Amino acid sequence: MTAMGERLAALIANRGAVAGHRPWPRYEVDHDTWTAIAQALGAGGGDLLSLWGEKDNVHLALRVAGQALPCIVSVRTRNADFPSVGRFHPPAIRLERAVRDLYGFAPLGVPDRRPWIDHGAWGVRAPLGARPPAARRDPGSYDFLPARGEGLHQVPVGPVHAGIIEPGHFRFNVNGETVVRVEERLGYAHKGIDGLLTDVDMERASRVVARISGDSTVAYSFAFARAVEEALQIEPPPRAQVLRGVMAELERLANHIGDVGAICNDAAFVILHAHCGILRERVLAAIDRAFGHRLMMDRIVPGGIEDPGPGAAHALLAMLDEIEKPFAEIVRVYDATPSIQDRTCRTGVLGRDLVERWAAGGIVGRASGRDFDVRRDLPYAPYRDVAFEVPVLAKGDVDARIWIRIREVAQSIALLRLWLADLPSGPVRVDLPAQESTCEGVAMTEAFRGDVLVWVRLVEGRVARCHARDASWFQWPLLEAAIEDNIIADFPICNKSFNCSYSGHDL
Amino acid sequence: MRTLLPRSLFAKPVTIPEPRPDAQVVGGEDAFLAELGRALDVRARRLFGRSITIRMVDAGSCNGCELEINALNNSVYDIERFGIKFAASPRHADVLLVTGPVTHNMRAALERTYAAMPDPKWVVAVGDCAGGCGVFAESYATVGSLAKVMPVDLVIKGCPPRPIDLLKGLLALMEKATAKAVP
Repeated sequence: MTAMGERLAALIANRGAVAGHRPWPRYEVDHDTWTAIAQALGAGGGDLLSLWGEKDNVHLALRVAGQALPCIVSVRTRNADFPSVGRFHPPAIRLERAVRDLYGFAPLGVPDRRPWIDHGAWGVRAPLGARPPAARRDPGSYDFLPARGEGLHQVPVGPVHAGIIEPGHFRFNVNGETVVRVEERLGYAHKGIDGLLTDVDMERASRVVARISGDSTVAYSFAFARAVEEALQIEPPPRAQVLRGVMAELERLANHIGDVGAICNDAAFVILHAHCGILRERVLAAIDRAFGHRLMMDRIVPGGIEDPGPGAAHALLAMLDEIEKPFAEIVRVYDATPSIQDRTCRTGVLGRDLVERWAAGGIVGRASGRDFDVRRDLPYAPYRDVAFEVPVLAKGDVDARIWIRIREVAQSIALLRLWLADLPSGPVRVDLPAQESTCEGVAMTEAFRGDVLVWVRLVEGRVARCHARDASWFQWPLLEAAIEDNIIADFPICNKSFNCSYSGHDL
Repeated sequence: MRTLLPRSLFAKPVTIPEPRPDAQVVGGEDAFLAELGRALDVRARRLFGRSITIRMVDAGSCNGCELEINALNNSVYDIERFGIKFAASPRHADVLLVTGPVTHNMRAALERTYAAMPDPKWVVAVGDCAGGCGVFAESYATVGSLAKVMPVDLVIKGCPPRPIDLLKGLLALMEKATAKAVP
């Protein structure tokens, strides 16, 4: 453990954890301790996992380097403000701006005071807090950070993009073709999910969580179900646990195959996109036959899963046999074609210092040397009992992000074969017990793009508050760094190699 | 490349075949797609000559609908063979395809896109969110349905709709548009 890690551990040691919070401890701290924790985080003592608001409270999830379990610290707001974490630890800045937009709590000392999710279109401010009415602003008005110098000009892109993708705005400052700075403006897909996950029944909460980011619906439902089950201290039956793993790996497989093709497509290497598109379709068709939904939405629920019925394993195994060889051939073509490699190698390079500081998970982190995967490092069923490789590369360019996907496809296929060959039989769901006292649960899962965190508080069988944090929160800011000094024409390929979620971030 | 390209020359297409009276199609869905392809083709020609062009706008979806709309362009569905294609510019578009519950943050951009399209134009709401029955309808941050923002010609339901449902929906739009254009 590093010195700062020890300092961080000392700050939270010997405190009484809040009763009924599982499996990580949650501590209530005062403003001074909160600030000291922020300073230790900023000095490299640990990873920020999330930061979110609630009535009169702000919560911070963190993982101290070298400690087995992460923890959550909570601070009560004072006069609707709280000490900024972002002041010392920049990865918290956008999260704090979102907390202020949604709840009206001011992060004292935050270096960036601009709104983030609030574009002035709601007619109110702080919709989850005091809700004072507010005049609507021009949605285009936003103070982008300046870039000054001879010959610089701006290129605004979005929120409506050229392709079939999600909405977001990118403001490029370029010198000729070279990007001097790109700044993201997000929030266009903000649906009010934090509000929809406040005081809501379990079934409705499940349906909302499954739609935070459609491409990761399994990972979100998986994390939500586990958080609820941790809070209620129940365990789903073995068949449900293994089939959850099957669904999670199928989701990873479909997305990775689609992304490998889509990245190549952005370098005009369309043949691989076409072939990957066919394979992705094969995967989705098999998923549809097995689970009755191409994306497996709402199939994982607290207490278990919706049973796919008999025959699913056989059909899925046949699909794996069908796609494995063609995918290997796609990989061979990619590897043996200099004209595509010319576009992907040394493009969009992201350094290890930034991914470590931002605790950027998933492909983005692992392609830049951050060796972290929730499935292995905060293990959960059914990954606890199986061995698999977590590929890590050091060079941090588009090519590395493609290779992480390629190697993860192989791991997913191996895991699927292992589980599908010997699926446990028996029930797939347990009833949720009647709840006697308030309880809280937290869980993380590894989605295809990185770690998802879900936290819940249950009161009398209802979801009093649920918070979900997508991996994109800590990947989007790093895209701004990766594109610097690249040509503007390489932005699409860099962006696709990250493939951050707009919806999962905007909430 | 050395193996992939020659093999492509001899392999059969993965695209579900165009309908012929004696076509051997396997399974119910394929037969349906073949029939649909023929019907789409006839109507698209009558109305637009050979083609219609779609501008797609995500007005705050979860991105599930985008995955399935993207699938229309893959070799299996290959929507372009029916003369339907996606365009970047609203100036080139006949149809505005919208997903999501219409967030207040996206409303202005959506309305500007619609205004930039030339007449005649049609609007399709894709998915339960845009259709007004999604999980995000009751929120301070959303309008709740596309119909509250602009006239909607067609709703394609589903969460998300499958690519096959999207094709089916575009056929329904053709029927509606034909009725409007050819009295």
